[in-house]
Amino acid sequence: MNQPSDFIIVAAVLISIGIYGIVVKRNALRLIISIELIANAVNLVIVAFSRMLPNSQGQVFVLFSIAISAAEVAVGLGIMIIAYRFYKDIDVTEYKNLKN
Amino acid sequence: MADAMFIGLSILTIGSAIISLESRELLYGGIALAVSLLGIAGFFVILDATFVAMFQIAVYVGAVAVLVIFTVMLVRSPNTVTKRETVKRKISGIILSLAFLALFGAFIGNSAVSQFSFSDAVPAVDIKEIGRELLTYYSPVLIVLAFTLAGAIIGALALARREDIEEKNEPAK
Repeated sequence: MNQPSDFIIVAAVLISIGIYGIVVKRNALRLIISIELIANAVNLVIVAFSRMLPNSQGQVFVLFSIAISAAEVAVGLGIMIIAYRFYKDIDVTEYKNLKN
Repeated sequence: MADAMFIGLSILTIGSAIISLESRELLYGGIALAVSLLGIAGFFVILDATFVAMFQIAVYVGAVAVLVIFTVMLVRSPNTVTKRETVKRKISGIILSLAFLALFGAFIGNSAVSQFSFSDAVPAVDIKEIGRELLTYYSPVLIVLAFTLAGAIIGALALARREDIEEKNEPAK
């Protein structure tokens, strides 16, 4: 039988993979992928605890969280498309106009 | 101790999460992201949260991963292949993620989380209860969330609009 700590360990591994992606990758799409991985790991922990209690409010919260991150991805990809139109590149180190 | 289903799902999820970040072609990365999100949906099924699993498949695998793949196709090809990262940055990223993992492991080891357990005696959360809560106590949140989603989609469309094409199509005066 699975225990809640198993799910927490899987979520921790997913979060650390996401942190690695955010630190190392400079491609804007890979950054969005890393953010999605971290958000999913958090959802997994919330559902695991909501099963343990058991309590339906955790699942309702996860439904809201999924919808919010869908909106976030839509806006992020829109911003990425116009940045690509200006710079002809999706490497975030090329976006230097705000620096000076 | 975890059972075989759980171990298989976690290998699928974590392995395709690594592939989605480390594959050379960005398109394969998007597909691996979809597989990883499907693995998370499998975890939700294990946890008796079938409605959340269905929502996850519909929104994440059906919308978010497909949106990422479409964006890969809109971007020209030399940008979708990973350039070589500097070794220094890569090592620092690995060290940072391992440090987070060690810190989190220490927290888990020193807390009472490992003594928690699922019991089969308590029934799983009923879907009817989720629907009732969404329509009664959480109904204002649902309305605000609908407006947020609509605003985000309209904002994304307005951001990605091309003004130069529009001017060309206007009739001459």
